[in-house]
Formats: sequence, C-alpha cells, structure tokens
Amino acid sequence: MRASASDLPIRFDGVSVSGGSVTILDRITLQIEAGAPTVLIGPNGSGKTTFLRTAMGLTRPSHGRVSWGGVEMSPPLHRAFVFQRPAMLRRTAAANLRYALRVARLPNAQHDGRIAQLLALVGLDGLDKRPARRLSGGEQQRLALARALARDPAVLFLDEPTASADPAATKAIEDTIRAVAASGIKVVMSTHDLGEARRIAGEIILLHRGRMIERAATAEFLNSPKTGEAKAFIAGELLV
Amino acid sequence: MHSGTSALELILTGDPALYAIVRLSLIVSLSALAVSAVIGIPFGAFIALNRFRARDGVIVLLNALMGLPPVVVGLAVYLLLSRSGPLGSLGVLFTPTAMVIAQIVLVTPIIAALSRQTIEDLWVEYCDELTAMNIGPFRRVATLIWDGRFSLVVTLLAGFGRAAAEVGAIIIVGGNINGFTRTMTTAIALETSKGDLPLALGLGAVLIAIVIIVNALAWLTRRAGERIAG
Repeated sequence: MRASASDLPIRFDGVSVSGGSVTILDRITLQIEAGAPTVLIGPNGSGKTTFLRTAMGLTRPSHGRVSWGGVEMSPPLHRAFVFQRPAMLRRTAAANLRYALRVARLPNAQHDGRIAQLLALVGLDGLDKRPARRLSGGEQQRLALARALARDPAVLFLDEPTASADPAATKAIEDTIRAVAASGIKVVMSTHDLGEARRIAGEIILLHRGRMIERAATAEFLNSPKTGEAKAFIAGELLV
Repeated sequence: MHSGTSALELILTGDPALYAIVRLSLIVSLSALAVSAVIGIPFGAFIALNRFRARDGVIVLLNALMGLPPVVVGLAVYLLLSRSGPLGSLGVLFTPTAMVIAQIVLVTPIIAALSRQTIEDLWVEYCDELTAMNIGPFRRVATLIWDGRFSLVVTLLAGFGRAAAEVGAIIIVGGNINGFTRTMTTAIALETSKGDLPLALGLGAVLIAIVIIVNALAWLTRRAGERIAG
C-alpha cells in the first residue's frame, strides 16, 4: 500500500547550509513536485549530498526554510534515504528488511511475503540468509534500496546509488529505480554520471559550489543547456 | 608435588567442601555480573547516545572507576551495611548478598565504560540510517545493544573476570565464614596462610579452569554470531 504523498511538494525557501566558514548550499529556492525522478548532478563537492540530506530532514539549514507538504519540522515518516555507503545492520539480509518492516508497523504475518517480494525486486532472491555485511558493495546497495522501500515511502532519496556498483549491478539498480518511480514513488537522487541522469531523470538540477545553476526537463537540459556551467558539464569539461 | 597430587584428588573425587566453595563463588560472581549488566549496559548506551554538559567528566570518571581498589570498595560497602551505617537495618553484612553488592560496585563501571565505547562506535556507523528511519530513542538503544551483542559478550567477560578474581572487597564484607561466605579467592588466601596447600591449589586450578571455559564459550559464541550475523 502506497504511503500518503503528504510530504510533497518539498519546498526550499532561500536554504543555505554552512559548515564552519564553508558554505555548502547557497540560498537555494525550489520546489520538488510529484512526478518523474529528479536527478541532481554536479562535480564532487557541489553540494548534492547536503541537498539530499536537507531535503530528507537529516541536515538543518543554517538559513532559510524547508517544508514537506507545507509542513516544517515534519518527521520522515513517508521519506526514505539510501546512502552512498549504507550501513548494514549486523544481521542477515532478510533480518535487515524485517527490521524496516517492523519500524513501518507492517503486521508480522505479512513480513515473510513482503521480504521475498522486496528481495526479488532488487534481484537478491536467494540471499535472504546471507549476513548483510558479507554482501558485495553492489548487493549491499540493492539491499539498502529494498530496506528503504520496505518503509513504503512517498519520497525516496538516493545518494549516488550506483557509485560502488559494477555495470551489472548498476543496471539492476537503475531498473529498480525506474520500477519504483513508475509505481508512483517520487525519486530524488544524485549522480555524477551524466549517462545515468539521461537514463533515469525526468528533470535535472545542476549544482555547482552549493548553488543551483540550472534546472530543466531532461531533454531540454541535455539538448539546449542555458548556462555556461551546464554546457561545460555536458561537454565533459571539468567544473572548478 | 604432594600438594599438587592431593589437589587433583580433591577435584576428581568431588570433595564437597571444595565444590561448595566453587558453587558459592559462581553464584556471587554471576549474580553481581547480571545486575551490573542490567545497570551498566543501558547506562553506557545512554552516555554513548546523548550529548550533555558533564558528559566528558562522566566518561573520565567512569573510566577511572574501572580501576577502583577492591579493598576501598569493601570498606565503603562495609560502612554502608554495618549496623551503624545507613543500610545497617538490612542486616546483610557478612552474607553473600553483601558480597554481591560489593562486586556490583566493582563490576558496573567496567561494564558501563566498555559498553559505552562499543555502542558509541556502532552509533557512529548507524546514526544516519536510524535517524533516516525515524527510530525513537528506546528502539535505538535496543538496536545498538542487539547489534553490538557479540562485542558486549567480551565486555561481560571482562566484568566476570574482575568479579571472579576479586578477593579484597568480599573478604571485608563477607567475612570469609566457612560454609557461608567463603569463596574460591578468599579460601585460597586463607588456606595458603594456614599452609593447607592442596585445597588452595585445587581451588586455584578450578578457578583457572572456569576462567578458561568461560573465555572459550564467549569466543565460540562470538565466532558463531559473526558467522550468522556478519
């Protein structure tokens, strides 16, 4: 059952995040609506992870406001996050999912069926009894994705979900993300891989030095970028 | 050589006096360990997960208390439980209960300090995930204790080692009464001073065997746990 989409739209009003004297996000104002995946791109250090963490509610803005469905300080009941390096609980793959299902208060009788369903969705069937920490990097990433989905979120944040995956695992993860987005879950993810953005995104946001440089629908962004930074990034030039 | 043979004979023939002492020692140490674990692990978790003004001071104090001199603890508990002390009305001085209390005072700081370190290390790893899952404080603590259980076994082992080997505190508050409060360590001290080396050696051998067995069980538990849970 899909959770209520009450967390949407996610609205940033002049949001800045600072760490000491360093500005990580710089006066960002935007609104993320339901619909096709929103993909953040930009070079390392551009603020993608901090943007996602702020949109999830894990990092508080130094200035400005964030609201979810018009509500500030909203607990992440309908939001889930897959970290670039997810922490696996010291349990089996199935027990990691069971933990998330308990948190989501799914009745115990439904756990086994849902676990099998989630493992199949991310292509980890047969690995339910394997200790999660013994899985490969790509498998852990897929298990983290399944664990996030176990909470039946309305919004799913993914921080460079294929960064530690080989091509086969990358394809499996991307297929899952597309299936998730098609099921009505709003996907907001970051990547530094323009090809991945092309394959997944409904819209692309380019961040650079903590500022939102350009935001457009995928085809428009890739075919007719408006800013010099976007043109340079698409051309594969280094943004410094 | 003769003492060693006699000691072996006491062990192998199941000498009632020897095994009564062993039984009491285990009851006292394991009771103290259980209570210390119930107090120390949640307290360690509380310090690991919370930031408060005096936190650093509490950690330093807790670490320092790991080295509490047993005789000082024995003296303090004696004063507390003696007839004129604040808890004198309980009438537990020179009973196994007093020995358990003294060992709880000695063992709890060890359990709390080592648990704090284990749980804090795990919290660094789990913090983002559990926060993103909107896990409340009680479930956080339960999760960290459960996932850190194999490391916490080693913590309990350290506590048991301290309790089982301790003599200074329990001899003061227990009185080393034959058949009532005499444990392995207090009996070894007494029998050695009396020159009854076979019993002292026999008890020493049993004490060492218990420590080895407990360590081996803990090691096997940890290995099995790591194989199952990763």
